[in-house]
Amino acid sequence: MSDVGFNRQGVWAIYRFEMARFVRTLLQSVVTPVITTSLYFVVFGSAIGSRMSRVGGVPYGAFIVPGLIMLSILTASISNASFGIYFPKFTGTIYELLSAPISFVEMILGYVGAAATKSISLGLIILATATAFVPVEIRHPFFMVAFLLLTTITFSLFGFVIGIWAKGFEQLQLIPMLVVTPLTFLGGAFYSIDMLPPRWRTVALFNPVVYLISGFRWSFYETADVGVGVSLAMTSGFLGLLLLVVGWMFKSGYRLKK
Amino acid sequence: MKPVISISGLTKTYAGGFAALKKVDLEIQQGEIFALLGPNGAGKTTLINIVCGIVTPSSGTVVADGHDIVRDYRSARFKIGLVPQELTTDAFETVWATVTFSRGLFGRAPNPAHIEKVLRELSLWDKRKTRIMNLSGGMKRRVMIAKALSHEPEILFLDEPTAGVDVELRRDMWALVRRLREGGVTIILTTHYIDEAEEMADRIGIISKGELIVVEEKAKLMQKLGKRQLTLNLQEPMAALPPALADWPLALKANGNQLQYTFDAHAVAPGDKPQDIPSLLRRLGELQIGFKDLSTSQSSLEEIFVSLVTDRAEPASKGAA
Ligand SMILES: Nc1ncnc2c1ncn2[C@@H]1O[C@H](COP(=O)(O)OP(=O)(O)OP(=O)(O)O)[C@@H](O)[C@H]1O
Ligand SMILES: [Mg+2]
Repeated sequence: MSDVGFNRQGVWAIYRFEMARFVRTLLQSVVTPVITTSLYFVVFGSAIGSRMSRVGGVPYGAFIVPGLIMLSILTASISNASFGIYFPKFTGTIYELLSAPISFVEMILGYVGAAATKSISLGLIILATATAFVPVEIRHPFFMVAFLLLTTITFSLFGFVIGIWAKGFEQLQLIPMLVVTPLTFLGGAFYSIDMLPPRWRTVALFNPVVYLISGFRWSFYETADVGVGVSLAMTSGFLGLLLLVVGWMFKSGYRLKK
Repeated sequence: MKPVISISGLTKTYAGGFAALKKVDLEIQQGEIFALLGPNGAGKTTLINIVCGIVTPSSGTVVADGHDIVRDYRSARFKIGLVPQELTTDAFETVWATVTFSRGLFGRAPNPAHIEKVLRELSLWDKRKTRIMNLSGGMKRRVMIAKALSHEPEILFLDEPTAGVDVELRRDMWALVRRLREGGVTIILTTHYIDEAEEMADRIGIISKGELIVVEEKAKLMQKLGKRQLTLNLQEPMAALPPALADWPLALKANGNQLQYTFDAHAVAPGDKPQDIPSLLRRLGELQIGFKDLSTSQSSLEEIFVSLVTDRAEPASKGAA
């Protein structure tokens, strides 16, 4: 390594280390989402879907696929990334990261990169499972991948911030459970917000997850609750905000250094 | 010799307001073994953690191998290895994986041959495929040393490397430290086993309540501050010291059977009277005090350490009273 260059080896080491945990529990990592997704289709797709028929011209079973993927990857991104950085803090092995010639940005690349990789794999597993139950169509594969990347990166970064902020395992669970899961359920994962009464629709527009799901669903079926441009802008905005928070954490050594 | 680490005006006040380091200045020479001694809570770990980037200093600067540890942290840390005081390891990883990870983290290209050498040197080779949680405490400590050596540091910090380690491993560790030094590695260690410092160190720093009170070559320190003692086994026990010996620093021991003479390395007492051993023996001859045999002893570094640290503590408590 040159004395001051980018610590490529360090990023790679963190990435591989994080991925190793995923690979160690590969069976569990693959089987769990397959089963969960199948259950969703049995319950929502068949039981409820048979009474709902179509939403925005799309069969209900197919309609919920993008929302289902979003729901899973949001939660997975946050929990993977927050756990990844919280755990060394908890066990004390963080000393090594702090004493290594690695910048905060490189640390993020390693942790967030690994968390995003895991979530994307999860998303693809769910997508593959879904095709076994309903006809899924992807009209804009480029945007589909773009939304997948943007979302997993943004929420992995969010998870990283939570992992650094958390002082205990309860706090680690707090935001995903109290904020993210409700927002996703209310964000139109299983319905179009156009189906809400006008006043609630306005309220729903304050929910950032609405934009993610809407944009993602548009890349599948070209039906959207809000414009795709707005979706992209809102998601990028959230990413920008997180980058600011992370930049500040980096400068202040927030909750990492004494 | 040029210093490989220069610490100047280093202070650390923790968030709670506790001043753990008070304006510490210290230079570590290239290639030396430096032992940092001090009672619990003196600030040894704080000092090491600042140099290694784990704790942020409140003020002052540290330059390691010509690089400021804050501004140019990447170049500085690249050269530094740390074995922390606390036993903190991964649990589910294998020994091989965790040591390989450390090397990568420090920006070094993979080098399985080097990792193998380090593991063999620490008798961990047979355990390379074992998960860390299945190792004993002493083996875990060795894993931490292996991690620190994985990236070939030129400066190595060992924060109490031999705490909770058996005799054999301690000897192994000393041998390893010597080998590393021969290879040009600068070593800074802390320990509560003073005999360890006495055995290993070239120079010694003593820190007490956040202040560095002594920095000295070990030999000089022992010469300057070490006390020597001459013990005479008397032929006839004495009830009290004869007045004629009043101005000698003598004490009666073992029910008056032993006469103990304590002197410093220069053996010159106040008042310019020569108080070396020959004059004492002459004096005893004049007083017709016979002795069966005699022995001398030298105080250990441990005694020097204890006297220094308690000397420091006393004026403060008197001042407070
Ligand atoms: N994170 C912290 N917050 C507040 N005070 C701290 C913190 N870490 C250490 N201290 C205090 O700073 C002082 C120095 O601690 P340090 O760990 O440097 O001592 P030490 O010399 O290494 O002691 P030991 O021999 O017990 O390892 C202690 O009084 C300790 O309580
Ligand atoms: Mg300590």
